[in-house]
Amino acid sequence: MSILSIEDVSLSFGGLEVLSDVSFSVEPGEIFAIIGPNGAGKTSILNVISGFYRPTKGSVAFNNKNMDRLSADKRAALGLGRTFQNIALYHGMSVLDNIKLGAHSLLNTGLFSALFYWGAAHKEEIRLRKEIEEEVIDFLEIESIRKKPVGSLAYGLQKRVELARALAMRPKILLMDEPVAGMNAEETEDMARFILDIKEEHNTTIVLIEHDMKMIMDISDRVLVLNFGHTLACGTPLEVQKHPRVIEAYLGQKKG
Amino acid sequence: MHIGDYRVTYASDEAVFVNATSRFWLGILFIFLLTFPFLAGDYLLFMANVTGITIIGAVGLNILTGFAGQISLGHAAFIGVGGYTAAIFSSRFDIPFLLCLLLSGIMAALFGIIVGGPSLRLKGLYLGIATLAAQLILEFVFVHWESVTGGIRGINLPTPKVFGIALDNDFKFYFVILTLVILCVTAARNLFRTRVGRAFIAIRDRDISAELMGINLLQYKTYAFAISSFMAGVAGCLYVNFLKTVTPEYFPLLESVRYLAMIIVGGLGSILGAIFGAIFMTFVPEMIKSLLGLLGAIFPTAMSFLFPFQQVIFGLLIVGFLVFEPHGLAEIWYRIKNYFRLWPFEH
Repeated sequence: MSILSIEDVSLSFGGLEVLSDVSFSVEPGEIFAIIGPNGAGKTSILNVISGFYRPTKGSVAFNNKNMDRLSADKRAALGLGRTFQNIALYHGMSVLDNIKLGAHSLLNTGLFSALFYWGAAHKEEIRLRKEIEEEVIDFLEIESIRKKPVGSLAYGLQKRVELARALAMRPKILLMDEPVAGMNAEETEDMARFILDIKEEHNTTIVLIEHDMKMIMDISDRVLVLNFGHTLACGTPLEVQKHPRVIEAYLGQKKG
Repeated sequence: MHIGDYRVTYASDEAVFVNATSRFWLGILFIFLLTFPFLAGDYLLFMANVTGITIIGAVGLNILTGFAGQISLGHAAFIGVGGYTAAIFSSRFDIPFLLCLLLSGIMAALFGIIVGGPSLRLKGLYLGIATLAAQLILEFVFVHWESVTGGIRGINLPTPKVFGIALDNDFKFYFVILTLVILCVTAARNLFRTRVGRAFIAIRDRDISAELMGINLLQYKTYAFAISSFMAGVAGCLYVNFLKTVTPEYFPLLESVRYLAMIIVGGLGSILGAIFGAIFMTFVPEMIKSLLGLLGAIFPTAMSFLFPFQQVIFGLLIVGFLVFEPHGLAEIWYRIKNYFRLWPFEH
């Protein structure tokens, strides 16, 4: 039984068709990578899954439940975690508050208990702090920066804080848009290790977009290749690497 | 000498006043605020009361604009809704003051929610224009719905009573205002220790990613407008009861702009900033006036020339603050505090 299934999704903005009849399904606990040249529609498919774009045609199901009518915030509450290509942290908050924000839909504090604070809201905040410290901050090794404003951090660390925020959501599926873009070799290795650990320790399903082919081929269980909104191939990394249409899309045709 | 804080529980790390020093200074401030009315003269007491009311309004606006990022040019109108609600209920229906306070807040919050409705679609300057429209419409209603608002003549209010005590002078009013300022500031600070406040900041910083993190934008923007205008309503109720009369002249567009200037000068997205801004905008013009008055005593003939300079000096001061510290007075305060934290051993 697949945890996420995309069926015949098409998306167009005016006359521009970004996705056409894309279908795939993701199995629980696997690392599923989406690759393709720039403009292939990778981020668009992630935004369709997240609920930020409404597909013109087709449907998205999570745990065999159709999600087409759910808004983005409801989908997040169901367990869709997300990180972004251009880091989308909240610069007005500390690292700790950014991570806490990830847990938003797991908390119950309402407006009035928030204004009063003492009692239920306080208890919840302290419990949240403990969970985040022990399960997220410790795991991602960011203890030393937790009180800093996110704007002051180096790029690689910001990416890691973004991952921390997504983990605080306790996602069942983690959607990652280019988690290692712009990172050096060491940071990339760290991130790859974290992704594998998340998969193994929490049995989280991971859908990721990446251009770093070495990492993709190393860690992913299956790969989907998109080009101009069409599916080129889908299979294990080895199968995809040998697929003639993939080679053609990336390297061009042989002359003669 | 203070060299650091040793904390062993998450609760102590989440506290607002993290160590004995800050709690000590808070106590000093509290004692000062309690003894102030016994020492201050009539004029200072009057100014303190006006400042207290302004602080409540400014904290409300800072929650909406500074924290949640929704620009409002209609804050004075919300204060006006609170003021008129209080005036009508107390003068016509004899509703007691404390109940009026609550009703004014609720009425203003309802108006805030309606005006905030378009904020789901409108952002930044566009929302500013939408709230400007609300300001102008409400101003028009205050002036022209004469059967209810009394038109430009306004409404006179009876002397308010709290637990049987008539608030017939500034001294008694001071303690009521002080209590409400403390309540509002505490509630506002509490808000930003929980998920509701974090959601506001997230909406301000990146609304799209906030939604993908599970925040219902409509719900939280509505919350922001409701809380902000509730506080505005409370401020309005206090203001008209304090002055014992209400007319449309109290709530012009310029007053909305003045509130915006307050939170910008004080520090956007900072409760302390709203307090500093409110104090600055009420006290500094008076200080300039009395300084010019002193000069006028020395050079009597220069007075006609000096007097208009008040506005110029005040404007220059605001521009100066914004140029040298764009994050406002609150940031200056934190810098001074950090300097003295390790004083005299800076490194």
